[in-house]
Amino acid sequence: MSAPTQTRERTSSSTETEELTGAEIVVRALRDEGVETVFGYPGGAVLYIYDELDKQEAVQHVLVRHEQAAVHAADAYSRSTGKVGVALVTSGPGATNAVTGIATAYMDSIPLVVITGQVPVALIGNDAFQEVDTVGITRPCTKHNFLVRDVNELAQTIKTAFYLAASGRPGPVLIDIPKDVTAKRCRYEYPEKVQLRSYKPTVKGHSGQLRKALQLIANAERPLFYTGGGIILSDSAAELTQLVRRCDAPITNTLMGLGGYPASDRQFLGMLGMHGTYEANMAVQHCDVLVALGARFDDRVTGNLSHFAPHAKIIHVDVDPASISKNVKVDVPVVGDLCSVLREMNELAEEMGIGDGSLERWWAQIEEWRQRDCLHYTQTDTIIKPQYVVQKLFELTAGNAIVTSDVGQHQMWAAQFYGFDRPRRWINSGGLGTMGFGLPAAMGAQMAEPQSTVVCVTGEGSIQMNIQELSTCQQYKLPIKVACLNNGYLGMVRQWQEFFYEERYASSYMDALPDFVKLAEAYGHIGLRAEKPADVEPVIREALRLKDRMVFMDFLVDRTENVYPMVPAGAALSDMILV
Amino acid sequence: MHRHIISVLLENEAGALSRVAGLFSARGYNIEAMTVAPTHEASVSRMTILTQGSEEIMEQVLKQLNKLVEVIRVHDLSEGPHIERELMLIKVHAVGSDREEVKRLADIFRGRIIDVTDRSYTIELTGTGEKLDAFLHALDPGMVIEVVRSGASAISRGAKSI
Repeated sequence: MSAPTQTRERTSSSTETEELTGAEIVVRALRDEGVETVFGYPGGAVLYIYDELDKQEAVQHVLVRHEQAAVHAADAYSRSTGKVGVALVTSGPGATNAVTGIATAYMDSIPLVVITGQVPVALIGNDAFQEVDTVGITRPCTKHNFLVRDVNELAQTIKTAFYLAASGRPGPVLIDIPKDVTAKRCRYEYPEKVQLRSYKPTVKGHSGQLRKALQLIANAERPLFYTGGGIILSDSAAELTQLVRRCDAPITNTLMGLGGYPASDRQFLGMLGMHGTYEANMAVQHCDVLVALGARFDDRVTGNLSHFAPHAKIIHVDVDPASISKNVKVDVPVVGDLCSVLREMNELAEEMGIGDGSLERWWAQIEEWRQRDCLHYTQTDTIIKPQYVVQKLFELTAGNAIVTSDVGQHQMWAAQFYGFDRPRRWINSGGLGTMGFGLPAAMGAQMAEPQSTVVCVTGEGSIQMNIQELSTCQQYKLPIKVACLNNGYLGMVRQWQEFFYEERYASSYMDALPDFVKLAEAYGHIGLRAEKPADVEPVIREALRLKDRMVFMDFLVDRTENVYPMVPAGAALSDMILV
Repeated sequence: MHRHIISVLLENEAGALSRVAGLFSARGYNIEAMTVAPTHEASVSRMTILTQGSEEIMEQVLKQLNKLVEVIRVHDLSEGPHIERELMLIKVHAVGSDREEVKRLADIFRGRIIDVTDRSYTIELTGTGEKLDAFLHALDPGMVIEVVRSGASAISRGAKSI
């Protein structure tokens, strides 16, 4: 029997169903989902997918040097754009390496879809080569995860994963795909929508509760807004700013919430919590109404819970009902999407005529606290103060850079001294506190915004946890500016040892540091070093002048500088160690 | 600290059980017993969890369970009138005069002897956990060979479903 020789004409429309392999489905679904960039690392179990990725151009793949970096980069891509970040890794070690990145995103509620390869279905459970129980390992650090055993379920699963990642309280969703599933064929049709009877996040806040909340704010003598990462995630900075300005109330942000309200505004008190400002923490302890929006009363924010905001009635708006009254008993709980809630609050506030109350006495008190100038430091002409470096970075980038950070003292100084007037400019690992986050995060942000200046504020400890990514930066010509506040110590560990472990510096000293300038050069980048205060400004200027080059700035800073103010763990917020 | 019986309706899918069990262990919530099986709707499983905790903890338990993507509904049955039953199978030594004694005791508790050898009885008993405890206490501890309990299942009273 002769086979028909003519090739059938194929329609390119995705509404026509056609037979595709699992790998083709993955790539087509990513495209249909509007994904432009995927960060990943190939391996045996995902080779069919890589093969398909290579045949098209709509979805760009960025090859990192370690799977952890792939997830951090996808995470920061999401943080800077608001889109769902996508990472692709292989089975076994590919998946386990990705876990730190997934947990980082989970703690900060960042929407990600992580695709992991898996051994063929028939081998699952057999201790096959590069087999690990990926859905088992990632269950506690994903919003949800899937193991796709049947190619017919692949498209729907991908659609559902994107929906789950981005809706409600966002978070990472993992899809584990066995290798044979990527080779099997089925008809492809990307589903239009997702219907889940068991998952229906609340969007609109309860109007009665919102009225009650606004009445409390209207009657307050000492109101305070306390806002977190939820404002950033829900893209409601403008709505928040409108409400806070109308109320003429002071506002403080959590580490995750910076940029949710303009830092340069008079009503902004700075960050609160363990390394928050004196005025912010004192305001928390003295306010009579605390308006918590998209924040979760983390232990680093509240200090000792039994002494937290002792005089305040608390209003708490969050999209996650489980966040409400988890740590602190709340007087007016509201479940809903902040953007929708804040819009309604602004309308109600206008209707109710809120904002004509006089808070002069409260502001006079706050100004008095501000006079304490708690972030004060003295820059001499001999040793570089790390705070000075961040301040100069802020000035010379006109506050417009996307700043990523690692974890430790430098992170706190970046949060304290780089004023963020806009959301999605400050990218750091707040919940999990993942060292090694900063550089891959800078890559993700730079891929998302090629025209923006991206600065990674880091330390010599953190940067070495993912230093291999300098190679990725070279491959993709990412002109990131790394600002390494090099004090030769794991600074935050050293600070705790100085304060709480009688100055026994167990393993916090880093001997045998590499020459970072030469290291940067070895990777094909430019290395610059600043050894004295007079070098700081010229080094930053030079780095910023080299617009299309990656520059590693190694600032040799005061080795024993501490982050102030500091609330010791377990103390009340008003018990701050000040300079 | 109060005892709570929580009913959970969830998608009958691989991994759903371990999500619930994992949630309890990760957050340090107490589980005394947990049962799960499909319902009349094949795609839905029903789980009964026996737990203890303060009011605040119970509020979190319910919220966290609700947050699991595969969980369709969560209900704390101990908030209203409900019926609770547990099945126990118990194998006891039964020789000589003990044979009659054990049989009488089983009758009093409305248990049934479901397996017999010349040296043992296996008894089936249903009731609340308390009743099963009482039966165990009534037996001479030396007689007990083996006990298996199903953990409680529970349902609300009245015509409505949860």
